[in-house]
Amino acid sequence: MAKAKSGPLARRPDNSAFKQQRLPAWSPMLTANTVLPFFYFMAVICLLLGIWLLLTVQSVQEIRMDYTDSGACAHCHDLRKNVSNAALICTCKLYFHVDRPLKGDVFFYYGLQNFHQNLRRYMDSRDDAQMVGRKTNLKKPSSYCKPFATNDKGLPIAPCGAVANSIFNDSFKFQYLGSGSSDEPVPLWRKGISWYTDKNIKYRNPQMDNLSLAEVFHGTAPPPYWHRPVYELQTHDAINNGFINEDLIVWMREAAFPNFKKLYGILQRTNKPFESGLPKGNYSVEITYNFPVQYFRGRKQVVLTTLNWFGGPNKFLPIAYLITSCLVLLAAIGLTVVCKE
Amino acid sequence: VTELIRDARHSMWKHVCGFSHCVRAQQPANGKKGSLLRIRRRESSSMAWWNPLALIRDALTGQRVRENDLRHLVSNLPYEGLGKKKQPNRYLPGNAIKTTKYTLLLFLPLNLFEQFHRLANIYFVGLAILNFVPVVNAFEPEVALIPICVILSLTALKDAWEDFRRYQLDKKLNSMPCFIYSRKDKQFGERRWKDVQVGDFVKVLSNEIVPADLLLLHTSDRKGMCHIETSNLDGETNLKERKVVPGICEPNFEPESFNSVVVCERPNNNLNHFKCYVEKPNTEKVGAGIESLLLRGCTVRNTDHAIGFVVYAGHETKSMLNNNGPRYKRSKLERKLNVDVIFCVILLLAMCLVGALGHFFWRQALPGVPPYLVPDSNGHVVSPSLSSFYMFFSMIILLQVLIPISLYVSIELVKIGQIFFITHDIDLYDEETDSRIQCKALNITEDLGQIEYIFSDKTGTLTENKMVFRRCSVMGTEYPHKENGKSYKRITEEGRPTDSLPGNHVNSANSLSHIAVSNFSKVIDRTNSSAQETEVIPDRKLLRRVSVAESTSISSQKMDPHFDFFLALAICNTVVVSMGTAQRRRVSVLFTVIKAGSLRNIFAPKRDRTFSDTSFKEDDRFNPFPQVDDSGVFPSHSQRDESSGLCYEAESPDEAALVYAAKAYGFILLSRTPDSVTVRMPSGRVLVFEVLDILTFDSNRKRMSVLVRHPITKECVLYTKGADYSIMELLGAPGNQKNVVADTQYHLDCYAKEGLRTLCFTKKVHGEEYEQKRACFVAKAAIDGREQLIMDTAVQLETKLTLLGATGIEDRLQESVPDTILTLREAGIKVWVLTGDKPETAVNIGYACRLLEDEDLVINMSCKNKVRSHLTSNISLVIDGRTLAMLLSKDLQGRFVELAKRCRSVLCCRVTPLQKSGVVKLIREKLRVMTLAVGDGANDVNMIQAADIGIGISGQEGMQAVMASDFAISRFKHLKKLLLVHGHWCYTRLANMIIYFFYKNLANVNLLFWYQFYCGFTATTMLDYWLLIFFNLFYTSAPPIMFGIMDKDVSAEVLLGVPELYRTGQGAGEYSFCTFWVSMLDAFYQSLICFFIPYLVYQDLDVDVFTFGMPLNAVSLITILLHLSIEIKAWTVVHWIIMLGSFAVSLILTLLYTSCVTCNSYWTLQNQLTDPIFYLICIITTVVALLPRYTFHVMRNSINPSPIVQGRHLDRLDTSTKEAWIKEWRGYRGGGEVKRSKLSTPPSPSTPRTPTSPDFLGNEITLNCLNWGCPNPFDRIRTF
Repeated sequence: MAKAKSGPLARRPDNSAFKQQRLPAWSPMLTANTVLPFFYFMAVICLLLGIWLLLTVQSVQEIRMDYTDSGACAHCHDLRKNVSNAALICTCKLYFHVDRPLKGDVFFYYGLQNFHQNLRRYMDSRDDAQMVGRKTNLKKPSSYCKPFATNDKGLPIAPCGAVANSIFNDSFKFQYLGSGSSDEPVPLWRKGISWYTDKNIKYRNPQMDNLSLAEVFHGTAPPPYWHRPVYELQTHDAINNGFINEDLIVWMREAAFPNFKKLYGILQRTNKPFESGLPKGNYSVEITYNFPVQYFRGRKQVVLTTLNWFGGPNKFLPIAYLITSCLVLLAAIGLTVVCKE
Repeated sequence: VTELIRDARHSMWKHVCGFSHCVRAQQPANGKKGSLLRIRRRESSSMAWWNPLALIRDALTGQRVRENDLRHLVSNLPYEGLGKKKQPNRYLPGNAIKTTKYTLLLFLPLNLFEQFHRLANIYFVGLAILNFVPVVNAFEPEVALIPICVILSLTALKDAWEDFRRYQLDKKLNSMPCFIYSRKDKQFGERRWKDVQVGDFVKVLSNEIVPADLLLLHTSDRKGMCHIETSNLDGETNLKERKVVPGICEPNFEPESFNSVVVCERPNNNLNHFKCYVEKPNTEKVGAGIESLLLRGCTVRNTDHAIGFVVYAGHETKSMLNNNGPRYKRSKLERKLNVDVIFCVILLLAMCLVGALGHFFWRQALPGVPPYLVPDSNGHVVSPSLSSFYMFFSMIILLQVLIPISLYVSIELVKIGQIFFITHDIDLYDEETDSRIQCKALNITEDLGQIEYIFSDKTGTLTENKMVFRRCSVMGTEYPHKENGKSYKRITEEGRPTDSLPGNHVNSANSLSHIAVSNFSKVIDRTNSSAQETEVIPDRKLLRRVSVAESTSISSQKMDPHFDFFLALAICNTVVVSMGTAQRRRVSVLFTVIKAGSLRNIFAPKRDRTFSDTSFKEDDRFNPFPQVDDSGVFPSHSQRDESSGLCYEAESPDEAALVYAAKAYGFILLSRTPDSVTVRMPSGRVLVFEVLDILTFDSNRKRMSVLVRHPITKECVLYTKGADYSIMELLGAPGNQKNVVADTQYHLDCYAKEGLRTLCFTKKVHGEEYEQKRACFVAKAAIDGREQLIMDTAVQLETKLTLLGATGIEDRLQESVPDTILTLREAGIKVWVLTGDKPETAVNIGYACRLLEDEDLVINMSCKNKVRSHLTSNISLVIDGRTLAMLLSKDLQGRFVELAKRCRSVLCCRVTPLQKSGVVKLIREKLRVMTLAVGDGANDVNMIQAADIGIGISGQEGMQAVMASDFAISRFKHLKKLLLVHGHWCYTRLANMIIYFFYKNLANVNLLFWYQFYCGFTATTMLDYWLLIFFNLFYTSAPPIMFGIMDKDVSAEVLLGVPELYRTGQGAGEYSFCTFWVSMLDAFYQSLICFFIPYLVYQDLDVDVFTFGMPLNAVSLITILLHLSIEIKAWTVVHWIIMLGSFAVSLILTLLYTSCVTCNSYWTLQNQLTDPIFYLICIITTVVALLPRYTFHVMRNSINPSPIVQGRHLDRLDTSTKEAWIKEWRGYRGGGEVKRSKLSTPPSPSTPRTPTSPDFLGNEITLNCLNWGCPNPFDRIRTF
């Protein structure tokens, strides 16, 4: 009868559960009795997770070393205060001691403080299309790169923009001043420090067409702060050049906070004595001091850490879990007390 | 009149001066002051259309003519065929009406202008423009334009469609046919309404609608009378008499010979007042008033034709002036919302200011120009102050989501969804008329849930406007007419659900089955559109008694009182008999028109032949002992249509009901002429009574009398009927009557308690003494002091009456009206009834529909008596129109509102349409409450438009109320579910949705804000801009909309069973200042948690901006969705699909987007999904963020559950327990069912009780009379 859409009851609405708003529904009541088990369950889960995380994080080690103006680097720091000395090379050497051996993979980072890679205009000042190897963009960078899109002579800058221009250009050489007299250089993997997808997809050199990298980049200028063109970033590894230079890639992934660290290298564990990580002992690091930080009261650091399954030496997460567990438990107890009365 | 004329002369003088000035200026040589007409003509003839000065002058003159206090109108006929410039009445508007807002050309600018009245629209357009300013570095400014453009164009489309509908309606009205006299054709020619001009002569035929305000000059009636029905204007369906202007009416009226000037006042909106005079060529002046004016929109009845002179046309007619334009309605919630939006704007500006200042100080603290500070394209670094100034605007763009355009879109969508469900509710569907509820206003659904005052029309809204003869008491014996009652009861009872819980499957099935049973009554209802219910089923006992009485009275020549009683019913009235069955039809959609030719003319000359014709038929039909079968179906129904050739048209529907009742007993009123009444007896004998005098009803005497000469006994008999108190004090000769009086009084009280309208019937034989008095009645013809004379004769005649009996007439209430009113009142809604009816009728209905209760303290306010009140719990107020007019005056308003506030219900009688809207406006504005007006007639249009919600009942009285309304329902009872269920749902849903929306946006935007502290306040987003757009557009848009449309906090059964739950929405409701800020605080808290937990986790790790943004995005999404699922009260399949669906969509879309190589956030989500930290963050952040709200909800629900929560608990019980609980709870509260059943069983006649029984006395005393001033007979009806 209701289906027949003619006759005297033609406009009669369908008597369906949906249209009459009578769909079967589950209506949970949020009362103490129903949710208390859930509260206790959550408290226990958080507690267990917290304890587990706390235990894991204990095994992680970290060594941080500020070299901005400490020790031998002080003179380099002073030198960099003057812009006219930018071309002068300054190196300094720092020493540090490892009390406990760093077991497993050891990651070498450089750290910067007060460097805002996350400023809006700074972040926008890049051309991803250029970095992905599109030739049109190579010669004609996006307007976002301005004023680092073209140099004074009107040549397009590759890689364009403020991000690439301000690349961190200190370099480090670590040495193990081992038990014996021989100073052993600490071998680092300088490749494989960026994301696989970045290295292989997001950043590509322009199509080579049997040309050399220098020829491909012919007609472009390096960013104004750079001393070397983009195809000569790494002298000892020809493949690690151009837009796929891993230091460049790491730098181009803009850090979230003004105090950040970026991966510099990973310990090569092929030869002794680094097979199981960094052994105990004294180390030195020779720094080519290029990056000026006095414009922003910045600090520069070298950081060595080991990692666990959930990332670095992160004490916050386990503590947060433990506190949360306590909070949930408190709430649950409060509910129990209040509602049972 | 003399004063008027003096006025007129004065202003005419001014007028002439004004004109002569013009004339002098134009033609200096011609200084002669002629008659007004001549000057005008000359002036117009010398006016050149190409002369701009003349045009301006012409416009000014027109303005002056229109603004003048007095208007001088002459016939257009002498000027027929002349150019426009020559027409004497050219300055006055024509009859074409235009209610549209826009024209085709100006639509776009006007509509945009209109839309920019909405603050939000300006804001959004401003934002969109801001996006294009380069220094704010907006992302894709074009994208920002899309939403606002969509919104503006959708609204424009809606407006255009509405305006188009108005245009079509105007066109329809303007092209209705009418007859205008044309000099060329020497006759009335058919033209259209819009062709009518002031100064035209218009002929209106019977049952046609008057096209403009006409001064009545001629009618087909030889006495110059014309009957009109004004139901379109004031809702009264009875006929009103209008007279032609005296002295103009010649036997053969010739429009061409009309050469007088009609001087009338400036148009005003008073329907009951009109002043004008007609100045004849011989300067004789004849005054005329409202009694000679046919108003536009009225229907001419009982008059073959009427000719009138158009005095006002088009928008100047009284009905159009009474018709205020529609008000743009904005829901209360939306008004509150706008306030909160302003809070949000302030918040936004504060946040932007913080951003700008922060940026400034951050820049100031920098020792030099670091490499990350990008210079502008010229290589200059912008100074900190300028940069922070720019940053302020960048921040606005960044945080603009705080005032979400999506909120406005979502609200519109939610309302559309809500309206979908309302219109598809099967309980709001009326099978009889096959109509659903119509929602005409799309934006005020949630107001239905906040109503505090209902203003209802009476006739056609509460009642069906059908008077039914229900009971009578003859000579102290009660004849309950059980079948009569039953036939009505059956219809109402069966429509009512057995379990008192409408909305069940049972109910709908039940009402369906009932269609078949009561089909016959519906057929009748449809075919017979007359207001009176004609069917009366005679009481068997009384029928037998009458037939006995007749035989004895014939044999003994002595009148039996029963016989007299029915004669009185048939004779003592002013009912006009007409014949008209086949012609009854509806002629237009807009107005219901009853075609009924007057039979008077036919009857008078050839009475006998007609009698024999009809009597043959009637005999065939009428059976002294009708067989009533078990089903209660009266067998003669089928014959009814052909046999009811007679049609009674009465000034008041009760009179007709009485005549029909008499007819049912065989006393058939056959015809009435001014000096005779013809009645056919049950035996078939036809008696012609000579009418000696009619003392018409007036409100002082409260009775009417007819003096006739009995054809058999040749006595002069006075039959009087009237209100019981006015009759009882005139009864003479106690003795035998004493018991009869006592019993009748008791019955009358019972009738009154049942809500019946009571009337007493008496008789008095005058015999010889009448002849002596006759001389003085003749004097009645004199005009002067006529009313006094009637009063005097009445005083002389109406004494020492003999009581015959009493009747109880039911103004049949619509189905389940008392139940609905009771429920609405339990829901905390105050119900006011505003009616154009008499106070008596209104009070009776008030009791019948349980608006007034027996134990109430009823205060009658009228101009005549003073009121002293003290406070009791239940006060009801009855006010009449004149008093109301005084109360609405500025100085009394406050006190009236103060009093009305304390009253549980208020009844206003004799109210004009404008007063109705005045009352509504007063209450709405003074008390700041939500008002709802419900009505069905054109007279309710103002009220409907003035109230926050106007509801039209699509019923008998045309469609104007429906056209003006926001919602159109077909039954009053639908109001119950509409308000209690849909209103509550719509309100809670939308309120919660809006609060949630504010929360959602703040929680989301604050994440961006907190990040500003780590990026030097440079308006950086840690999420890709497109992902941010997606977040609002795809991820979190559907769930709140679904929540706003589908969430169901309490089931319909419980809402209807426990009307008190409705109160939660009244006043502040769920969407209050408090709830808003609590949720804003919660949003702050949650955003803090959602930002800082990930921040603290990631601060020591090598994380890039977009990798950091991903977990924030995820956490924010999960929190927001879970927050909503805490709020969702009932999870249906749709809920699950949409909630899980939007989560899935967000995951898939983000994954797709992060696969875009040149995008900032390339592969970030994929990377994160492989990182355990991501999951750890998601878990802990969600838990911490939602813990307070969840705990709070649990606490509140378990410690101090709100009524709604209790209702939800009730909902969880199984059906039978739930019903038992509701029933028990209703009983505890004292619901009406018990009491009503007690009343409806009539007291057994075998145990008569005197009115002085302690019961009654007790009642009278305890329910103290409050009237202290001069005694007002009306008070006695119901002043306990």
